[in-house]
Amino acid sequence: MSDKVKFGRSKVFFDPFERRPGPIKKNMHYCPGCGHGILHKLIAEAVGESGIQDKTIIISPVGCSVFVYYYFNMGSISVPHGRAPAVATGASRANPENFVISYQGDGDLAAIGFNEFIQAANRGEKISVFFVNNSNYGMTGGQMAPTTLPGQITTTSPYGRNPETDGFPTKVCEIINQLEAPVYIERVALTSTANILKAKKAVAKAIENLRERKGFSLVEVLSPCPINLKMSADQVNKFIDEKMTQFFPLGCIRDRSAATPAGNLPPAIIRDPEAVKSMLLPGVSENSGAADASKFEIFQKERRVKICGFGGQGVLSLGLNLANMGRLSKLNVSWMPSYGPEQRGGAASCAVIVSSGAISSPMVDRDCDLLVAMTQTGLNKFRHVLGKNGILVYDRSAMKPPVVEATQKVFGLDALAIANSVGNPKCANSAIIGALSKILRENGFSEAEEQAFDAAYQDAITENFAAKPAVLKQNLEAFAAGKKAALA
Amino acid sequence: MPAKKHRIAIAADECKGCRRCIPACPKKLISVGNEINIQGYVAVKADNPEECIGCGSCFHQCPEPGAITIYEEE
Repeated sequence: MSDKVKFGRSKVFFDPFERRPGPIKKNMHYCPGCGHGILHKLIAEAVGESGIQDKTIIISPVGCSVFVYYYFNMGSISVPHGRAPAVATGASRANPENFVISYQGDGDLAAIGFNEFIQAANRGEKISVFFVNNSNYGMTGGQMAPTTLPGQITTTSPYGRNPETDGFPTKVCEIINQLEAPVYIERVALTSTANILKAKKAVAKAIENLRERKGFSLVEVLSPCPINLKMSADQVNKFIDEKMTQFFPLGCIRDRSAATPAGNLPPAIIRDPEAVKSMLLPGVSENSGAADASKFEIFQKERRVKICGFGGQGVLSLGLNLANMGRLSKLNVSWMPSYGPEQRGGAASCAVIVSSGAISSPMVDRDCDLLVAMTQTGLNKFRHVLGKNGILVYDRSAMKPPVVEATQKVFGLDALAIANSVGNPKCANSAIIGALSKILRENGFSEAEEQAFDAAYQDAITENFAAKPAVLKQNLEAFAAGKKAALA
Repeated sequence: MPAKKHRIAIAADECKGCRRCIPACPKKLISVGNEINIQGYVAVKADNPEECIGCGSCFHQCPEPGAITIYEEE
């Protein structure tokens, strides 16, 4: 007999579960007889059949199912307790091409996260929520939950839940049914095979609504927790079918899927073209893959710069100026300042990368091509990032001559003295950029590139200080003086 | 045309011994085994696996992803 699998392990699961620590890689971590495994299988089958596995994000809650990312080969996000619908809102709106599943237990959804959940339902977020109701807090050892039945004994209700002091079970589906927005609400139970097959249909419908972006779907799943309820598989099924369903009747509570048009994307937050435009710096296009490198041969390769000194010296501005010069020359740039309390007086630093190709990471923590040190402490902190053939430029008026390796080059400049001579100590950074023009001419720039560099500085500093002509003039003077003093 | 043949296979090391599958089988093919598996549970076993009718009831009851596999004749 040949081996065609009729029922077997879903391909939506990882195989093996490499993310699960320990030697057991084929099983889930749940207790024997737990309903989570059954529901996981139903979700995996439905996602597999709908063909949206690659675009689905499942949100792990806090609870027994906190490790769903061990198991599902889909996108996943772990979120703080109860916040799955809030994160799902952000994830589905910001990524309209994705499909977001919120998987939550009764402690997560009906207790700590009930507000997030009911607000998301009321907004009609285009997500599907699977709500696992096992009538107790399973992860922490079986305490009373909002869904615990009257009279039910748990570790925190040893005499049984007393409705006079503890209230009645929270009927989540019925509460949500009072709202206008939700499209589909159904309660199912993981007990008999007939009930599990009904649950399978409900899960498939919720996933189909998700795929067609019909709106908010909720499937409440009455789920066995035999270990915490201290019952056998038979007993727990009987408990659900006979006791739980008295308070939580099974069945479809609302189904507006057929009447709801498909294909609506979630309301956009940041994909509005005007909003995207407003987030970009002027002159930068959203698709900055390859840039115009015609003016600068040396930026065919990614060039990495680190600038360090004291806060207030213009360390961050120096980096920003370099980045702006690259931007105005139609190159790709990144500028990453080190913010913090050290911005005024302590150690400050920033990283700049300029390239005609795409820049992947804005971090510069090694293989730096150019290190500009404006103080000794800055140099001490960042000397190690300078690459083997890197160039070090330091402010001679504030530091001792540093020792570098034979393959590295070092240039000193009296930057602070030059800045004072133009009447503004804040212009030391412009003096350094002026010196850089000459230093780079000595180390790879052609004459045309030097001219383009100077022109880019003029454009960048003019853009920066358009409203302060006096400061602009001082900076331009410092640049010229720095250039003149370089290599002297 | 005669009904297709089916076969049930239980991966003993993936079973946690919850026994949900035992009453689910309409042919009563599943029973408690005799040995403790690598996870420390007494796994179930399939008696006469070739008598399986392929209903999938035990598979749907099983909380583990791959402990039960049901094969169908091509």
